[in-house]
Amino acid sequence: MTIDPASLELKVGFEIHQQLATRSKLFCSCSCEEAQKYDRSFVRKLRPTQSELGAYDPAAMFEFSKMRTVEYHTAFGSSCLVEADEEPPHDVSKEALETALIFSLALHSKVMDEVHIMRKLVIDGSNTTGFQRTMLVASGGYLDVAGKRVGVQSICLEEDAAKLIGDDKGIRKFGLDRLGVPLVEIALEPVTGKPDEIMQVALTLGRLLRASKRVARGLGSIRQDVNVSVQNGAVVEVKGVQQLDQLVKIIEHEMQRQHGLIVIAEKLKERKVDVSKVGERIEDVTDILGKAQSKIVKKILDGGGLFRAIRVPGFAAMIGFEPYPDIRIGKELGKLVRFYDLDGVFHSDELPNYGITQQQVAAVMSRLQASGNDAFVIVGGPEDKAKFASDAIVRRLQAAINGVPAETRAATPDGKTVFLRPRPGPARMYPETDIPTIPATDSMRKALADKVPRSWDEIVDSLAKKYNLNKKLASQIFDSDYLGVFEEIAGMTKVRPTFVASKLTEDITSLQRQGLDVSVLTDGIIKDIFAKLDAGAIAKESVNIIFEKMMKNEAKTVDEAIKAAGASSIGDEELDKGLDRIIDDNMAVVKEKGMSALSTLMGRAMAEYRGKSDGQKINAMIKDKLQKLVK
Amino acid sequence: MAKQDSGGYRGAALRLLAKQGVSVGDSVRIATEDGEMSGVLMPRYESASEDYISIKLKSGYNTGILVGRIKSITKLQKSERAKAAKASEITESEGRPKIALISTGGTIASKIDYRTGGVHAALSASELYSSVPELANHASIDPEVLLSEYSENLKPEHWTMIADKVAEKVKNGKYRGVIVSHGTDTMHYTAAALSFALQGLPIPVVLVGAQRSSDRPSSDAALNLLWATVFAAKSKYAGVFVAMHADASDDAIACHVGTRVRKNHTSRRDAFESIDATPVALVRNNVVEMQKSEIKLAKRSENNLVAKTKFDDRVALLKYYPGFDPRLIDHTAKAGYRAIILEGTGLGHVSKECFPALKKAVDAGIMVFMTSQCIWGRVRMTVYDTGRDLLDIGLIPLSDMISETATVKAMWALANSDDAKKVMQENLANEISASIPL
Repeated sequence: MTIDPASLELKVGFEIHQQLATRSKLFCSCSCEEAQKYDRSFVRKLRPTQSELGAYDPAAMFEFSKMRTVEYHTAFGSSCLVEADEEPPHDVSKEALETALIFSLALHSKVMDEVHIMRKLVIDGSNTTGFQRTMLVASGGYLDVAGKRVGVQSICLEEDAAKLIGDDKGIRKFGLDRLGVPLVEIALEPVTGKPDEIMQVALTLGRLLRASKRVARGLGSIRQDVNVSVQNGAVVEVKGVQQLDQLVKIIEHEMQRQHGLIVIAEKLKERKVDVSKVGERIEDVTDILGKAQSKIVKKILDGGGLFRAIRVPGFAAMIGFEPYPDIRIGKELGKLVRFYDLDGVFHSDELPNYGITQQQVAAVMSRLQASGNDAFVIVGGPEDKAKFASDAIVRRLQAAINGVPAETRAATPDGKTVFLRPRPGPARMYPETDIPTIPATDSMRKALADKVPRSWDEIVDSLAKKYNLNKKLASQIFDSDYLGVFEEIAGMTKVRPTFVASKLTEDITSLQRQGLDVSVLTDGIIKDIFAKLDAGAIAKESVNIIFEKMMKNEAKTVDEAIKAAGASSIGDEELDKGLDRIIDDNMAVVKEKGMSALSTLMGRAMAEYRGKSDGQKINAMIKDKLQKLVK
Repeated sequence: MAKQDSGGYRGAALRLLAKQGVSVGDSVRIATEDGEMSGVLMPRYESASEDYISIKLKSGYNTGILVGRIKSITKLQKSERAKAAKASEITESEGRPKIALISTGGTIASKIDYRTGGVHAALSASELYSSVPELANHASIDPEVLLSEYSENLKPEHWTMIADKVAEKVKNGKYRGVIVSHGTDTMHYTAAALSFALQGLPIPVVLVGAQRSSDRPSSDAALNLLWATVFAAKSKYAGVFVAMHADASDDAIACHVGTRVRKNHTSRRDAFESIDATPVALVRNNVVEMQKSEIKLAKRSENNLVAKTKFDDRVALLKYYPGFDPRLIDHTAKAGYRAIILEGTGLGHVSKECFPALKKAVDAGIMVFMTSQCIWGRVRMTVYDTGRDLLDIGLIPLSDMISETATVKAMWALANSDDAKKVMQENLANEISASIPL
């Protein structure tokens, strides 16, 4: 079944979170650099403030009760008392505010007369304060994308959250180095169209931000939240899309999933299922399942858990029904219970299976007094969790008749989405009274007008001209994470910019596609490699080999990589002798083919000297030797 | 608009709002030269610029609009009173220890009005329980609001009020302990004041505060209040204590003796430290862990309360520094002060230039006591010439008494004794350490 986005009225809204490349964090003087290691730690227990008690979904409250202990790790230089919530925030970084204002001007947005810093409650421990500081800088405006005008909803300046570095069920661990890094959040009006057209919007906005040269680059420096909805659906927010090529897949997946859920809802309506009856009967079936030859069941029972069975009237064959491959209510339930750290959930459409027999299924049906049209769901785990989870399952099944539940989902690396949490109620924001409001005066705005970035096209053209690159390569290097280091290398070495740019884009991308770790190639390492090439210590062919050795973690330093690859250049004299030896060894071929033996000899020579000497040079030397011989 | 209705607006903004009949909490649509914005009119903080009005947009963000750019304000809907969150019902079960909670200010429990962003104290028993539900497991709390003051505004007369109120609760006999919630800035002064005013306490009196206001999820208020309650209920010892975070973690709170504690950091949760002593107890996970300490504590119910709650505020605390002008001593003497606590350098010194002024003050009958600005350690005025000369002039060394404690004690001694000089040198409430641990 293929889907036409237009017929579904697919609407996608973007929220882009872009880290800024400021010298300091948003509310203190600490560096925005990522910590290499952490020195100290402390623990905190966040609790909802009183109003939150009534306002939060029970699931969110449960999340609180199960992970109230949060462990924070700090590193010297990248965090101070401010990140530890042991000191009030300093004034807003002027550099960050300027950048947000410049983006506002670039997007024709209306800057607020007076910027108010707000606290947005965030209860998952990712902020030591329990809230994220954020401010609305501008609203309205537009972005032109391939002839279409996309509206801008708002431009906010906010602090990045702490980085999750571990989650041991009860205790979440965060690194404070990322907390407080300035982020600009740009929310666009929802757009319609095909997923790849929609991706162009994100791409164009990302390029505009990069053109300012004021944004951080590298993995995680830009994150997209996407709001996806289809006709008759609800808005689903997908968080944490880190790469654009993931985006199309996610939109397609959501479109399919949401449409699938709508198809299921229609079927339930056709059957005239009364969802209010779901969960009217819930029974403990631990004794029935206790006899099952199932590993999952055994594990739960060994942990002192129990099993609750929920009667789901009228849902027979609907929990396992798949309108699209892998899209089914059963799967949604599985992800839902994971939220409660449970993984034991079974439903009648998939049983007997997993070591649960037909007799046991019949026994459960009979205990629930279920008829042939009814389904059941069994959830297993510790008593309190199983209770929370079965409540959540009942709510989810009841919501099935309405199709798509409004919820927040997380993007997975393979381009799918999983349940993260229910959508928060009305925004929970209140003023950050520790910091005075900031007037954005006309004179401030005027002073920034000439800092508005040029368009992407203009910048790519000027790059192409300055470094004598073709436009494709210029745009590739601009879009890559290596523009800065490219310009440095081009300035400090005599290596041809085209060569540098192609190594930094095509070669690294291809190694990355092989699944190699690109993060080890720091700017320092890259500069070192090209400096060595410039000095003649390595051959051009070695660059890629050194990248590979390092990305495979077979070498820690450039020198180690050169050694491991045997890539150090050999002297002309040694090469000369070596080539003579190769020619001697293949004298029969030379005699037979004359000058045409060049390709054979070249092959042999390159097998031995790749990365140790320049290919063109070898070619010239063999040619010279051959000419002398053949004459 | 009456003052309390102005929502902090002044000048042109207030006039504009008054003219349109709009008040804080109303939904409004505001037209400016750049278009329209809708939201709820928010209060302005008194110190904020008067040229803007604040609204909360539908997104939850607040923003300020320059009054001069406003073309019109239309009221869309009158303010709706936010419905109070329904307090959870706590069934009073017998057997839990009764604890009196006296609130003096500083919001140990508070709730946010998300409509206006204002923070309100939450101090009824049910509000306290819904703010810190675990409290109900440990005690039955009897709250009373005595004062609502930032602690920097408290004066010796307030110490008298607090001491009288505590004495009333103690005499009532039904309480296992008393908790005094207090702003942190001068909490150690009040702790010292209660220590002298309420000697022979049969139960613990625990001062508790918060370094992060309780409207935030990361507030230290809940843990401090919770473990202070546990200490008040379970401690085998009586006396006046300050209970605050032991370190940066939400783990243990440290209980400090009221005369030995000082606020040593502007903002950290563990700002309070015991001086020349270790905290007498740590409380974590409902358990009171008594610490090895040189401090001798009275056992619960060992003594009978002797309440002497008057203070004489004619005491000055002068800090010596290089370049200190001896005329400051003359001025203090002339202004009618009865005692001076001189916070000297090192072992208890001030420059010889001060000698004549000090002699004049002592001769005029003013008691001059010496403490050290080193914070940690004892004064010892017989080691150097300067100290010996100062002793000859008639200065009275106060051993390792904390300067702030000494100031409070002098105020108490003057009001409650005919021989304040003698009282000052006696150890009444662990304000002087017999020995200081390494």
